Amino acid sequence: MKVSYFPGCTLKNKAVILDTYARKCAEVLGVTLEEIENWQCCGGVFTTSKDEVATKLSSVRALKYAQDRNQPLVSVCSACHNVIKQTNHAIQTDAEFSDKVNRYIAPESPYTGDTQVYHYLELLRDVVGFDKVKEKVVNPLGGRKIAPYYGCLLLRPNTVMQMDDPENPQIFEDLIRALGGEPVAYSMRNECCGGYVTMENPEFAKSKSKAVTDNATAFGAECIVTACPLCKYNLDKNGNSVPVVYFTELLAEALGVKEDETNA
Amino acid sequence: MHKDNEKMKSEIIRRSGVNPSKCMRCGKCSGTCPAYDEMEYHPHQFVYMVESGDIEPLLSSESLYKCLSCFACVDRCPRGVEPAKLVEAVRLSVIRQQGANHLTANDIPEMLDPDLPQQAIVSAFRKYTK
Ligand code: SF4
Ligand code: SF4
Repeated sequence: MKVSYFPGCTLKNKAVILDTYARKCAEVLGVTLEEIENWQCCGGVFTTSKDEVATKLSSVRALKYAQDRNQPLVSVCSACHNVIKQTNHAIQTDAEFSDKVNRYIAPESPYTGDTQVYHYLELLRDVVGFDKVKEKVVNPLGGRKIAPYYGCLLLRPNTVMQMDDPENPQIFEDLIRALGGEPVAYSMRNECCGGYVTMENPEFAKSKSKAVTDNATAFGAECIVTACPLCKYNLDKNGNSVPVVYFTELLAEALGVKEDETNA
Repeated sequence: MHKDNEKMKSEIIRRSGVNPSKCMRCGKCSGTCPAYDEMEYHPHQFVYMVESGDIEPLLSSESLYKCLSCFACVDRCPRGVEPAKLVEAVRLSVIRQQGANHLTANDIPEMLDPDLPQQAIVSAFRKYTK
């Protein structure tokens, strides 16, 4: 199966392993991520105002690209996924916005919000299937205690994202189990890490992410897993030394495609 | 309500798509807000201040730049009011004015740290700058 893949700015720089392992693991699972040509940055956060048009065009172009190829659109970064999915929803539900957007980009046929948008986790759960992922595991994670960190962007706003129950999500937990790890239950897994406020007010962001890491380690986490480079940054910076890893690293380790093996 | 306030209120309501009169003042949005301690005006106050046309104090408040866009208030409001969309609409009323950007490119170098992901910079610009 082939899908249109939107990597995003950070996966080309600070979060290269989020990108490279996502591609490798997809191949193992029978999915090819075809990178969208000339994709443009999603902008990092969705602007909720209905009269913001220009800031959403990069997402619309990516969505249209996937539609033209009759492929679903997949991203790995929580932020890209959130922005693209919210933009698609705005096109589906706001006729005035949809009309303005189509005038801007003037495609041969209008884009009407038909592209299926998946986060990579959803691709694993809904398209590949966690049972199939489990079959492909060659290095099970040996019961390692892993705290899934959802943050905000994967789950909210739930009316749009529709990934999972926003107050009791299971998708990360189910993946961890499929890979042979043990998911840690802790209460802060869907609370904010401090996000972009870390630029202007690092102390404020630190207090938010410290609450998350302290809560995870109090419940026995050996590591925290995330899909978001900004969450990883904030969680890494707050002073608690628990390792924070991308979910693609665990996946690559379990599927046996991680380079510089440390999983003996 | 003064005419100017009336105008600003309808502009913010139109832009956000929020109907503040649905609010029942339960305070759950503020109770769940991770930026509560940093904010002068809290999410439930944005809702009733916009509803009553008392928008002027919000325009000059730092609270506009404390919201983390976490959407907790959006998901957890029992009335579907979506306070974060009001915060955003008020912030845009400010930063869309000439010279009113909260963050400029010149501010960035001293905020950089070698590990900072690009995502942080683009997100901050999207929220603080027009
Ligand atoms: S979106 Fe903003 S106002 Fe709403 S809970 Fe999050 S930080 Fe608070
Ligand atoms: S949670 Fe909703 S109903 Fe309750 S105070 Fe906030 S906006 Fe009003």
